[in-house]
Amino acid sequence: MTILVLESSKYLMIFFMLVYAYLNFRFFGVKYDIRRKKLCRRQNQLMFLIHFLGYLSLYLNRNDETILVFYLAQVIFLGVYMTLSKLFYRNISRLLLNNMCLLISVGLLILTRLNMERATRQFAIIVVSAVFSWIIPFIVDRVWQLSRIPWLYGVLGLVLLAVVCVAGITSYGAKMTLELGSFSFQPAEFVKISFVFFVATMFYRATDFKTVCITTAMAAGHVLILVLSKDLGNGLIFFLTYIFMLFVATSNYLYLGAGLTAGGAAAVLAYRLFPHVQTRVQAWLDPWSDVADKGYQIAQSLFAIGTGGWFGMGLDQGIPEKIPVVEKDFVISAIAEEMGGIFAVCLILICLGCFLQFMMIAARMQAVFYKLIAFGLGCEYIIQVFLTVGGAVKFIPLTGMTLPLVSYGGSSIVGTFILFQVIQGLYILKRNEEEEDEEERTQSKSK
Amino acid sequence: MKRSEPNPKANKNILRLAYVVAGIFVCMLLYLGYFIQFESGTAINNTYNPRVNLLAEKVVRGKILSADGQVLARTVTADDGTETREYPFGNLYAHVVGYTEKGRTGIESMTNFYLLTSHVNLIEQIVNEFSGTKNLGDNVVTTLDSRLQQTAYDLLGDRRGAVVVMEPDTGKILAMVSKPDYDPNTVAAQWESLTADEQGEARLLNRATQGLYAPGSTFKILTLLEYIREHPDDYENFHFDCDGTYENGEYQIRCYQGEAHGSQDLSQAFANSCNGAFASMGLELDLKQYADLADQLLYNQPLPLALPYNKSSYSMTEGADTWEVLQTAIGQGKTQVTPIHQLMITSAIANGGTLMKPYVVDHLENAGGQTIKKFMPSAYGELLSASEAEQLTEYMRQVVETGTGSAVRTDAYTVAGKTGSAEFETGKETHAWFTGFAPAEDPKIAVTVIVEESGSGGRVAAPIARGIFDAYFSR
Repeated sequence: MTILVLESSKYLMIFFMLVYAYLNFRFFGVKYDIRRKKLCRRQNQLMFLIHFLGYLSLYLNRNDETILVFYLAQVIFLGVYMTLSKLFYRNISRLLLNNMCLLISVGLLILTRLNMERATRQFAIIVVSAVFSWIIPFIVDRVWQLSRIPWLYGVLGLVLLAVVCVAGITSYGAKMTLELGSFSFQPAEFVKISFVFFVATMFYRATDFKTVCITTAMAAGHVLILVLSKDLGNGLIFFLTYIFMLFVATSNYLYLGAGLTAGGAAAVLAYRLFPHVQTRVQAWLDPWSDVADKGYQIAQSLFAIGTGGWFGMGLDQGIPEKIPVVEKDFVISAIAEEMGGIFAVCLILICLGCFLQFMMIAARMQAVFYKLIAFGLGCEYIIQVFLTVGGAVKFIPLTGMTLPLVSYGGSSIVGTFILFQVIQGLYILKRNEEEEDEEERTQSKSK
Repeated sequence: MKRSEPNPKANKNILRLAYVVAGIFVCMLLYLGYFIQFESGTAINNTYNPRVNLLAEKVVRGKILSADGQVLARTVTADDGTETREYPFGNLYAHVVGYTEKGRTGIESMTNFYLLTSHVNLIEQIVNEFSGTKNLGDNVVTTLDSRLQQTAYDLLGDRRGAVVVMEPDTGKILAMVSKPDYDPNTVAAQWESLTADEQGEARLLNRATQGLYAPGSTFKILTLLEYIREHPDDYENFHFDCDGTYENGEYQIRCYQGEAHGSQDLSQAFANSCNGAFASMGLELDLKQYADLADQLLYNQPLPLALPYNKSSYSMTEGADTWEVLQTAIGQGKTQVTPIHQLMITSAIANGGTLMKPYVVDHLENAGGQTIKKFMPSAYGELLSASEAEQLTEYMRQVVETGTGSAVRTDAYTVAGKTGSAEFETGKETHAWFTGFAPAEDPKIAVTVIVEESGSGGRVAAPIARGIFDAYFSR
């Protein structure tokens, strides 16, 4: 009987995930608000079903009551968070909220599977982040002075990164972590946001050649410090995001071309200079000739994905823990191994859906400042997803990034919460504006 | 907030970038899908994949079969559910099929994942999954020919050495024997004595792919080819007077048993395996090109072979002293070669210069006998040109017609080959080599034989090859 339930759960979860992902894209084709709300409610149900079946499988496999308690705590949190968000921010994007919660719930599920202790810690951080990031849409909507303090963002970011570069702790060859007492965090996750704000404020003021030069110099400073800390993954994210923001702000293909050329040259230089970059590229080109050493990580990831196949081994039925740093860099491989390739593909599509929504919001914003913020944050988000997933499936060389909201990691969670909430703030701001416009119009008509 | 008008193209560019990103993601997902659908089967069949034991819990390990349907390995499940791996032919296929206890070797290791993957029909799988019954794993059908394997095994007898047989035009390995051997059924029980190896027999070693031997006179194939390359117009004018011992300064090179071959042209020197002629030829060669040729023929190179093997080595470089050149030219010196590599060179000559990748797994079938995956012959590349292959074939024909390979001479078919008697320790008998193919004009089968410490290649190794050719052509 248990086997029956476990097997059915596996296939049902895949099915529900497929429907969820479908609805995610179907949403854009739906015109009326009521229909959209209905669609979001259905997504909501699907999310809770997937979450339920996942934890049911874990419970049946392990017979551990703490899993039930943990599950209930999550259900309560997700329920309360979504209800209060919708209540407090009437114009919140429900789709984005849904996606955020889905990514969180799948992340917690696979983390519980991999490491209960870390999952609990992750959950605590999520709750705290949720509470504190609550206010962000409100600030974005009301505090227009945000666009007035470029140098605060820029200098703050540079200083934080510089501190890490000097006093940071090295792990996996890169300096990324600062430790304050027993509390450690990765400042780059927050500088990502201040960086986008900096660039947006600069280009909001002007896009003449002088401003471009100054901004580029500051951006180069960010990237260079990251490279010095050997945090090449984040360096790449900052770099590409800046080039794209510059392009969108100026619509000048020359900047885009020059930037990408410079980036290509820098990549070649990095390949020549850093032995660990060469190792990664070689491991990417041919992991199989040196599975024992250089190709180990990527080979283990591919073993997991390959063994799982389209339908997965079932939760607790695989051995994703054999992949090094599976909770962070290879969480997608663990998901593919146990929940199936289809499930993993859907998850990636949902991430892509979030990005497309960011881009739509960016396109709809009229003020350059907001437009650039939505665009920049969206770029950072999707580049990070691309680096993580692409690395894990051997589409590109490994960079050691995490999958936002899914992977284990406190700073990443807090940073991503802020990112999503800023975007929510922009969305709400836009919707409020539109509503006001509409009211004005109806009022003038009735006069 | 002031509502500054953004530049009008901004939105267009944002959407363009969004499309590009979406496009890249689609490519990535297609790549992932392609990997899962088509490549994962090969990728996960890797000794470093720790998931094997998980599969073993859900699947009964499949059988390994010979090309003609004999069961070489099977798993027997007792009433209490314990599984035993059985090898019905005992020692006969020991090295090539391998074992699964105490680690895995041979085909058992190579095809581990295939054997533990089940392709019984979907309905049966789902029924099995829900009822908790194990699925039957896929069967691996090898290219091994049970009759040739048996013949090779019997002919080698109690002597140490190896026999490998392959089809030059496909790369299919038809037989692979290595002795001394062991019984894979009892490998776990005898593990201590097998690994302690007090007699220095190295029973677990697959000599066919891992045994490194001096090539002896079989290396004259390379020397001859290099000589022809360097003397494209006048190599046929080569002439050497052999009085049994070739002297160069303080050095002496003796022909086998000190035999004086008398006046020799190139063909005769090769057919009679005249050491003096080839040693003197070696001194004329450009050592850089000679080394390049060895590399082209896969010395010091990874071989296109899925079974574990050792790399052959050729170490002579420019500036080597006279003695080393004399020795290397006749296959003594530091050069080392594996029988499988020898066979690959021979097959390339037989196949017009193109080496087909040797392989032992022909196809996979599910428990019901339906083919799941077929492994097709594939070319590794051209080791030598077609005209060179033709020339060498003619010289190797003469070895059998008029020279040291007379033991394989017959009216039933034509053979091209080369013998070798490799000295490895003073005062001991030489290792006997034979490598060749038949029929010479349209090669169907290539054979390499080495018999350790047994005498001359023509007398000891060639008759074994003869027996295999006979068995092959008598059907």
